Amino acid sequence: MNALANIKTITKRELGAYFSSPLAYVFIVIFLLLCGFFTFMIGGFFERGEASLVRPFFDWHPWFYLFLVPAVGMRLWAEERRVGTIELLLTMPITAWQAIVGKFLASWLFLALALILTFPVVLTVNYLGSPDNGVILCGYVGSWLMAGAYLAISCMTSAMTRTQVVSFIISVVICLFLILAGFPPVINLLETWAKSWQWLVDAITSLSVITHFEAFQKGVLDSRDIIFFLSVIGFSLFTTSVILRGHRAG
Amino acid sequence: MIKVHNLAKSFGTKRAVDGVSFSVERGEVLGFLGPNGAGKSTTMRMITGFIPPSEGTVTVGGFDIVENPIPARRLIGYLPENAPAYTDMTVLGFLNFAAEIRGLRGEAKTNAVNRAVELCFLQAVLHQSVETLSKGYRHRTCFAQSIIHDPEVLVLDEPTDGLDPNQKHEVRGLIRRMGEKKAIIFSTHILEEVDAVCTRAIIIDRGKIVANGTPAELRQKSEWAGAVTLRVSGINAAALNQKLAQLPTVKRATILEEKATSVTARVFPKGNVNGALARNIAEATQGWHIEELHTEEGRLDEVFRSITMPDTMTEEKK
Repeated sequence: MNALANIKTITKRELGAYFSSPLAYVFIVIFLLLCGFFTFMIGGFFERGEASLVRPFFDWHPWFYLFLVPAVGMRLWAEERRVGTIELLLTMPITAWQAIVGKFLASWLFLALALILTFPVVLTVNYLGSPDNGVILCGYVGSWLMAGAYLAISCMTSAMTRTQVVSFIISVVICLFLILAGFPPVINLLETWAKSWQWLVDAITSLSVITHFEAFQKGVLDSRDIIFFLSVIGFSLFTTSVILRGHRAG
Repeated sequence: MIKVHNLAKSFGTKRAVDGVSFSVERGEVLGFLGPNGAGKSTTMRMITGFIPPSEGTVTVGGFDIVENPIPARRLIGYLPENAPAYTDMTVLGFLNFAAEIRGLRGEAKTNAVNRAVELCFLQAVLHQSVETLSKGYRHRTCFAQSIIHDPEVLVLDEPTDGLDPNQKHEVRGLIRRMGEKKAIIFSTHILEEVDAVCTRAIIIDRGKIVANGTPAELRQKSEWAGAVTLRVSGINAAALNQKLAQLPTVKRATILEEKATSVTARVFPKGNVNGALARNIAEATQGWHIEELHTEEGRLDEVFRSITMPDTMTEEKK
């Protein structure tokens, strides 16, 4: 119980921190603008003539998140280290895990809020046709899990440095790898290079968020995909704790 | 309350803290002195559990800070160096957060925050964001955070740094009052603070404890301690020297200043004579016109310098 109360306190503070700076509002506005623009203008929502959000809407999410999620996560630990508040936080009667989880949850909830605010897209598609709302919901869950995986990686890179920009760049690079590993042109390239090592290609593509996000978009809740995202989150947060401990040990 | 045993910390090949042992009981205010980079902050960070020690142990209230960190940290209030605080929060928001993370809820939380605000004189800036505060206010906000749960142990890293003289005075008074019931460690560069606040002081240099005692005991280490300063008029320096040399309690006398009207001399005692020196001088110089005669108590800054910079001191003497 105590642990939950501590996590809740940290989460509350972090959420407050988002909304007391322009970051939250800028992020939400840009995210919504991008979603609207890409869905209706570039994604060809109207031209397709089908009541589905898979291709025009969710397809873009891995790419939006590539830049937006590291921007949300970069300050989590870098800022604490720069200002020195990390010394306060980690000498409070809480464990490092509670602090890490609390901070991660705050950002993840914030991303959930941004995602929920895209509801006009859902309303539009429901107004125009009769889509399978189960599939849409499933897509949202997948999108949120994917955002969580990106976020956990940003959390990790944020703990590595006290400069937010450095943290941002490193996490963009890692997330880009996670996308490209499952990006069809890259897969084709890999297959021509490593013809005889199909297992290697499979191993690389199975690391990709795109591969795992695909099933969610189709409305399939596969436990393997859920476990993939959760294990990326778990691994990254664990690495965060190791990095933080490493800094303190000197 | 705080027991530090053989504490050491290495950063790479550099030994920042090297075998430090001491303990602080309830009702004690321990002043932690030392030049910059002596290992004061590192020691405090190890006591509060922010960085793990390379060697040695710290127990707070019987709990080992490494083995059993959470109950140990509950007992500690900590003001880190430079008084960091979340700049995006208001003072009230920050203190509420500190109280909540210390497990205070509802009325207990409100009371704790009000108490800390009152003790640190923060009423005027309660709803201001920490970012916009002056250094003194920011310092006090962080200080308020450290006493919010009325901890039994306070670890304060340069609590008066960056405060104006009035604020310094307030904070010293606060530390002294709280020291009656708590165990307090605080570090400082300012030696007058040691006299004003501490019941005991430790001087640390290059990671090692080089002196440990009450402020009075430390002053005794000064070579001036017990020396007598004397100013007489109507006599020349040679005559004064000759007279002083005859006294049995005098080790040596140096003339500090010779003017047409008066001579000032400092007389060092032979062994520990406990004030007999001044009496002897007064008796021996009867009939002379004494303008000034007093026994030096020894000065902390001089002790501090002689202990932490022995090389430069001897050079200065030459």
